[in-house]
Amino acid sequence: MRRQSVPIVVIALATIGVAFFVLPLLGLVLRAPWGNAARSLSEPETLEALKLSLVASLSATGIALVLGVPMAWIYARLEFPGRAVLRALTTLPMVLPPVVGGIALLLAFGRRGLLGSWLDTTFGITLPFTTAGVIMAETFVAMPFLILTVEAGLRSMDRRYEEAARTLGASRWRVFAQVTLPLIGPSLFAGAVLCWARALGEFGATITFAGNFPGITQTMPLAVYLLLETNPEASFVLSLVLLLISLLVLIGLRHRWLGTA
Amino acid sequence: MHRRTSFVMVAATFLAACGSTGGTAASPSATPLSGTISVFAAASLTDSFKALGTAFQAAHSGATVQFNFAGTPTLVTQIEQGAQADVLASADTTNMDKLKGDGFTVGTPQVFAHNQLQIVVAPGNPKGITGLADLAKPGVIYISEAATVPAGKYSLQALAKASVTVTPKSLETDVKSVVSKIELGEADAGIVYTTDVKAAGSKVHGVAVPDAYNVVATYPLVAVKGTKNADLANAFIAFVLSSAGQSTLESFGFLHA
Amino acid sequence: MSLEAAIRLSLGVLDLDMELTIGEGEVVALLGPNGAGKTTLLRAMAGLVGLEAGHVRLDGQVLEDVATGHYVPTERRPVGVVFQDYLLFPHLSVVDNVAFGIRSRGAGRRAAREKAVRWLDRVGLGSYASAKPAELSGGQRQRVALARALAPDPRLLLLDEPLAALDVTTRAEVRRDLKDHLATFPGLRLVVTHDPLEAATLADRLVVMENGRLVQTGTVAEVTARPRSQYVADLVGVNLLKGRADHGFVRMPDGPVVAAAGAESGEVFAVIHPRAVAVHRQRPEGSPRNVWPGRASGIELIGDRVRVRIDSEVRVVAEVTPAALKELDLDEGGEVWISFKATDVGVYPA
Repeated sequence: MRRQSVPIVVIALATIGVAFFVLPLLGLVLRAPWGNAARSLSEPETLEALKLSLVASLSATGIALVLGVPMAWIYARLEFPGRAVLRALTTLPMVLPPVVGGIALLLAFGRRGLLGSWLDTTFGITLPFTTAGVIMAETFVAMPFLILTVEAGLRSMDRRYEEAARTLGASRWRVFAQVTLPLIGPSLFAGAVLCWARALGEFGATITFAGNFPGITQTMPLAVYLLLETNPEASFVLSLVLLLISLLVLIGLRHRWLGTA
Repeated sequence: MHRRTSFVMVAATFLAACGSTGGTAASPSATPLSGTISVFAAASLTDSFKALGTAFQAAHSGATVQFNFAGTPTLVTQIEQGAQADVLASADTTNMDKLKGDGFTVGTPQVFAHNQLQIVVAPGNPKGITGLADLAKPGVIYISEAATVPAGKYSLQALAKASVTVTPKSLETDVKSVVSKIELGEADAGIVYTTDVKAAGSKVHGVAVPDAYNVVATYPLVAVKGTKNADLANAFIAFVLSSAGQSTLESFGFLHA
Repeated sequence: MSLEAAIRLSLGVLDLDMELTIGEGEVVALLGPNGAGKTTLLRAMAGLVGLEAGHVRLDGQVLEDVATGHYVPTERRPVGVVFQDYLLFPHLSVVDNVAFGIRSRGAGRRAAREKAVRWLDRVGLGSYASAKPAELSGGQRQRVALARALAPDPRLLLLDEPLAALDVTTRAEVRRDLKDHLATFPGLRLVVTHDPLEAATLADRLVVMENGRLVQTGTVAEVTARPRSQYVADLVGVNLLKGRADHGFVRMPDGPVVAAAGAESGEVFAVIHPRAVAVHRQRPEGSPRNVWPGRASGIELIGDRVRVRIDSEVRVVAEVTPAALKELDLDEGGEVWISFKATDVGVYPA
């Protein structure tokens, strides 16, 4: 026989690992009150939370694209002193506990924050307790995912295509828009989807910086958390919805992990 | 063990109900108490119960008390979902009734303290809050606890009594979160317990709520079913109800049981 | 109309110092071994690599001049490049690839497309307009790359090893087509290659470079008749010696003296064709003035000839027939005598 058998130890450890992940998901699927699912999902507060979550996460992803792609470009293409430090700082939110991120946002953009106090005294704008605050919190924790993915894509692309485009007379902008972006398309897409999924699931930074109020700042994860206290079954259903979305994202991206087009 | 009667009706009713049943008298046992218990306590009990824990551990060298502080509904959910707890100290009777009704308690819950509401604002009271009506002033950011948290429920009752309509900008998960947002300056006012204002010291300023509008919170505690150390749990409960425990609670601003 | 460049730059281990001119009407081939700096030179002319000293002037217009600090970026140089790997944009169709340069220089979408289609017809790929580069064969991709480079009407066309990526059979056919297209192109043309056959077929003039330096330049006939470096000699397949000519003899630096016809004097190259080198087992009698003992260090069958590398005072390669080799009963390491006539030694100034 040509096939080589897998060592039993490997199978045993892998089975434990798989069980570790599958059991909680299975628990959620089996314990969710499917009968009441439709009713739970159509409650006004639930729909509000769902709508807010979609609006906020998509906005956060949009901002992440606009600000993150240039950053990824700088990290991948430009050499300057301190680049490594800057890069570490801007990807820090990825490993930072979300609540810590929320506190940091308060200290910068809260009413007494570095920039926030100026916004408050000059324009009367306060960011905490607003939907804009939610979007900021989500952007803060999710953008690093997009930056890293796009940066990896830019590093791994064949830059000679850009040279070829230049010899054909393309301006720097045309090279970027018509050659570079399409070539890193898969990374861009994967980065945006990862960013969106992270933004959708954000809790700690949101509740700390933006607070919690239905329709304005109560996103799905916050709604689930509070529902757990009043109506656990409904929270199971919502959890399942978030879980399914995450699962679809991962399955959809299975070939495009982190820039390998 | 002495009990002092409270002049508030709610407490009196419970006094009659709780009476002298339940694990009150802890006769000195032959073997010294030891082991570890997990006490789930409402957020508003954070500082006072930590002090009680220290004193209890000092009196019983083999015993360790671990605390889990959170909004009362959160604690109830955790216990009902299987978290290992030995004692629950709740910030209201509604949550305690739920836990008891769902069959998670041992013995009869006993009231160990009362609390009252107070408006919390930044030091110096920059927005000039004088009463509940001022919370609705334009330019004032008012935050509250979620309605399922006892303090949140009581706030709504107090505001209703004063006929004040105001929409909070955020519904926090416990009183401590409200206090910290006032401390940070993110919000201008919130309604918490007098004990919370006292615990925050000079970082905040308290504005009184007149008795006519105020709500008295009743705090019961009970041993949780499935406790691994019933003796130690009951001993702790007895300690909280003892004169030593009561004076500790008083020092933090609680009203007596 | 001409290109005139003096290029000095360092890149990694390469130290480039070359002067190059390309005149109207001539196809110049830049020939050299790998690592000589040919591609770097091409890239410098396209503006993809900056000069450290020197200048590039195209039709009198200064594209780059280090002394004055003048520098025209790549995208504004009227230069077209056919890359070794073609580098066709994989996400664009064939016609959009060809139209890319036309569009970049400001043409509208429709006009660019029409012109691109015309170019595709010219290279015989009109029916592949909407195909993607990945669907094409190597030879077809090469033609698209050529059309793409020519479509924006550049003044200077640079081809970097245009046939290197093709297999041998396709190469011959494509070479013919390429020669025709180059002939009809009105601008200046430079082909970079390491293949002497490619250079000989496509070019009017050869520029040979090694280690970043110019070695020799001339027509194909001139270069092959009078190689000035071992590299060219190897390409052509002749023996090359260098020494000082003195009344019918060429004295080489490490001693040996070769009898040579011709009245040259001074530093010279001496060329002996391998066919003219005779191999013997015994010391030969007869008229040849150049006779040396040696050892056969390598025997190689090439087609219907045998090349024997011989180590002697004069290291040469001799060419004999297989029958002759058999008769000699010669193995590697065997002792031999070589001889060649003075009249078979071509001598010219170094």
